[in-house]
Amino acid sequence: MAEIFELGIAGIRTGVASGDFTAKEVAETFIDRVSAAKSLNAVLVETPDHALAAAEATDKAKAAGETLGKMAGVPIGMKDLFCTEGVATTAASLILDGFTPQYESTVSANLFKAGAGMLGKLNMDQFAMGSSNETSAFGNVISPWRRNDGGNTDLAPGGSSGGSAAVVSGRICPAATGTDTGGSIRQPAAFVGITGFKPTYGRCSRWGTIAFASSLDQAGPMAHDVRDCAIMLEAMAGFDPKDSTSLDLPVPEWEAGLKSDLTGKRIGIPKEYRVDNMPPEIDALWQKGIEWLQDAGAKIVDVSLPHTKYALPAYYIIAPAEASSNLARYDGVRYGMRDLPDGAGLQDMYAATRESGFGPEVKRRIMIGTYVLSAGYYDAYYTQAQKVRTLISQDFDKAWESCDLLLTPTAPSAAFGLGEKADDPLAMYLNDVFTVPSSLAGLPAISVPAGLDGQGLPLGLQIIGKALDEQSVFNAGLAMEERAGFVAKPEQWW
Amino acid sequence: MSMTESTYRIQGATGEWEVVIGLEVHAQITSNAKLFSGASTEFGAEPNTQVSLVDAAMPGMLPVLNKECVRQAVRTGLAINAQINKYSRFDRKNYFYADLPQGYQISQLYHPIVGEGKIEISLDEKDPDAHGKTVGVERIHIEQDAGKLMHDQHPTMSYVDLNRCGVALMEIVSMPDMTSPKEAAAYVRKLRSILRYVGSCDGNMEQGSMRADVNVSVRKPGDELGIRTETKNVNSLRFIQQVIEYEAQRQVDVLEEGGEIVQETRLFDPDRNETRSMRSKEDAHDYRYFPDPDLLPLELEDDFIFDCKASLPELPDEKRARYKNVLGLSAYNAAVLTAEHETALWFEELLETTDEPEKIASSAANWLTSELFGALNKMGLSIEQSPVSPQQAAELLGLIADGTISGKIAKQVFEIMLETGDGAARIVEEKGLKQESDTGAIEKVIADVMAANEDKVAEYRGGKDKLFGFFVGQTMKAMQGKANPQVVNELLKKTLGPAG
Repeated sequence: MAEIFELGIAGIRTGVASGDFTAKEVAETFIDRVSAAKSLNAVLVETPDHALAAAEATDKAKAAGETLGKMAGVPIGMKDLFCTEGVATTAASLILDGFTPQYESTVSANLFKAGAGMLGKLNMDQFAMGSSNETSAFGNVISPWRRNDGGNTDLAPGGSSGGSAAVVSGRICPAATGTDTGGSIRQPAAFVGITGFKPTYGRCSRWGTIAFASSLDQAGPMAHDVRDCAIMLEAMAGFDPKDSTSLDLPVPEWEAGLKSDLTGKRIGIPKEYRVDNMPPEIDALWQKGIEWLQDAGAKIVDVSLPHTKYALPAYYIIAPAEASSNLARYDGVRYGMRDLPDGAGLQDMYAATRESGFGPEVKRRIMIGTYVLSAGYYDAYYTQAQKVRTLISQDFDKAWESCDLLLTPTAPSAAFGLGEKADDPLAMYLNDVFTVPSSLAGLPAISVPAGLDGQGLPLGLQIIGKALDEQSVFNAGLAMEERAGFVAKPEQWW
Repeated sequence: MSMTESTYRIQGATGEWEVVIGLEVHAQITSNAKLFSGASTEFGAEPNTQVSLVDAAMPGMLPVLNKECVRQAVRTGLAINAQINKYSRFDRKNYFYADLPQGYQISQLYHPIVGEGKIEISLDEKDPDAHGKTVGVERIHIEQDAGKLMHDQHPTMSYVDLNRCGVALMEIVSMPDMTSPKEAAAYVRKLRSILRYVGSCDGNMEQGSMRADVNVSVRKPGDELGIRTETKNVNSLRFIQQVIEYEAQRQVDVLEEGGEIVQETRLFDPDRNETRSMRSKEDAHDYRYFPDPDLLPLELEDDFIFDCKASLPELPDEKRARYKNVLGLSAYNAAVLTAEHETALWFEELLETTDEPEKIASSAANWLTSELFGALNKMGLSIEQSPVSPQQAAELLGLIADGTISGKIAKQVFEIMLETGDGAARIVEEKGLKQESDTGAIEKVIADVMAANEDKVAEYRGGKDKLFGFFVGQTMKAMQGKANPQVVNELLKKTLGPAG
């Protein structure tokens, strides 16, 4: 039998249910894994007591013969964007230094209600702004993966959910929450060889999740495989009257609906996703993906999403615009950091607090966002970007006339070394080129690990589906997962 | 219904100047909870006791629209015959200030919930129709109020009370249709009356439930509109008029001295009765309005609007017309009784005691506007606090109407009612104030009076008709004022015969 730490959600659930081990043993195993992985810098706050308490509750419920929740006995990692009651929450920013919420985000509360425990709060790009986890105020997360060149270059785990990616791929947590604004679940999942799922916008409540860009932010699971993601998303999702953009729909039973036979499904291959300078390995993997899906019974069709090239510029106007306003509340008045120089007035306090509290990437985006909303520029930037967003949604609507799902690479490259792109924001932004369009359209998408590049680093393929059709996305992901046979794991060096 | 062109002019060295006024009235919507949170809106609570996580802008908090506030705004729009926009949207107005925890106010810039409407105002309380004027309303939108800074709690720091933060406001924006301080005051008075009829705002200016931003410009009659200034947060009718007077004069002075008016925001200092520059257009905030991504567009169903309409009470203008045309009240009484909803409701409760209200309406209206108003005024009470109920008043008026007591005795009875709270009939009974209408009894007294004054009878019959009053007085005196004066008159005329 596999070691407990090798198990994902489904494995733990089965083991606990059948009595192979107790939830407490599971929690203790992972608590040890977390404390032994400090060198990865993936966990900002360890919460062993929370994980143990949840485990004990599960063991007790099982002993009493009660029906166990979907996540019973599964300790998870929690991205630090989710407010957790009584546990410091900073969004990896100094400006929230010392902030401990008195409330629980809807997503974390849902997971806890389903029986999950929490192992710790996970490092991330500051305010979820970044694609490499290098913008965290508390240092980079180091990917558990290394190139097979014998060197020991520290690699980026991707971002912004870099901590989540690192702990799941390093088998430090069996699963973790992520959030995805322009690719922050899918790109890091691809970088570390795990599965990440961004649901339809509105499936998961945003209440209690620190906002980056409200019209784009969506929570989702990051886990070993498709089944684990389906189980976990069922626990996370659901209508929440406290979030006006939450979808008032029942949560489907995605796990029960999993089926890798794709007979009758049409998979579109968008020609605009063949970008210049894409590594041939990624192109080749994409081709393999096509073959796997055909093998699963799907029909392949060529489609066009003509406005794709405008997606990234539009995203980098809309997201910063919303962020510039969402982050105005961090002013040093009510919580978090306050920098009050001697003799400072109110405006001085704002300036000093925000100067020392926000990192450079956050400031860059606040500046961009402020600029594009300014009088005289609003129409040229913000209004224009919103029009592009509509056109991109229409591109997808048009594509759905001839196909049910889209297959694309998740990211244009494998993981890069820490620092390699840190000085070039534009190169960094290009990492989101395949994930941003579906974010702008609010569509569900998954990244499935599909192979390794020449340096032995994972590569992911992305399936994008119609709004609310998470099931088809899961199923196509499952079909690829079965055929890819991806079993590679980082060797433990930490 | 047209008003003669405003005669309000400012006399300058270069000639007459005309004043143009527009008002942005902020009216707090009557609702139990705030616009986007469940916190209470009750006035006067301890600082920071009515603050939700949303109001304090804690990380990850989201606004949820309070439907009641939407309903009240729509009802208000319908009450001024305004366009109701079935599609409206919320925008963020971004600026930093300590009374604004989110760093933005949620408002409606681009797509307000209510479009153009109009309000009839009058400068003549006695006869509104003769001196009426229509003031256009450009729009009504809903938005959040801010918190309150307190600068007197600490030597070096300011404190903030967030109780008011997030409370729902309607901003009611008029067209620049007013041309004198009096018109502006009449507009605010009428608006307040409508809001109170609708029940969408309590109109309490002292508690800050209603306050106005006053836009003033001046021009030579017939010229294009001048550059305006906006004086913020003026919170009484008197101050609004003072601001206009001061600003108009100041602007005329500047222009006459060859200066230019700067488009700017000003503050009113009531202690010194002047306005002061707060910030000029150059320093004006760039509010970076954009649609709030936390909220969906607000789309109203026809049914909802229909229900809002059905829920409206009879409004002051309709009511005033009905009082005049159906109940036959004088223009003055109709205007006075409908200005405040509570007065009209009191009056109508009184009328409800009879099946034929038009029969008693006029006398009841006269009695209300003279006797009741006089008494309440003296006691410093509002009509809701009246110690005499409409039913008790009806009883009193009934005793006058059926001749049980005279109008003069009624005043006496009313005073006792105010003191004791007793019913009129009981007072009349107990105090023996019932008026004598029995012709036999009165005829007997008249005969006595005539017998005692035979000389006067002869004089009267000889042509001295002024003596008639003498006989009335003697008869009433003999009957201790309780005789029905009408009956006394008739019988005296009959018994004395024609004068001369």
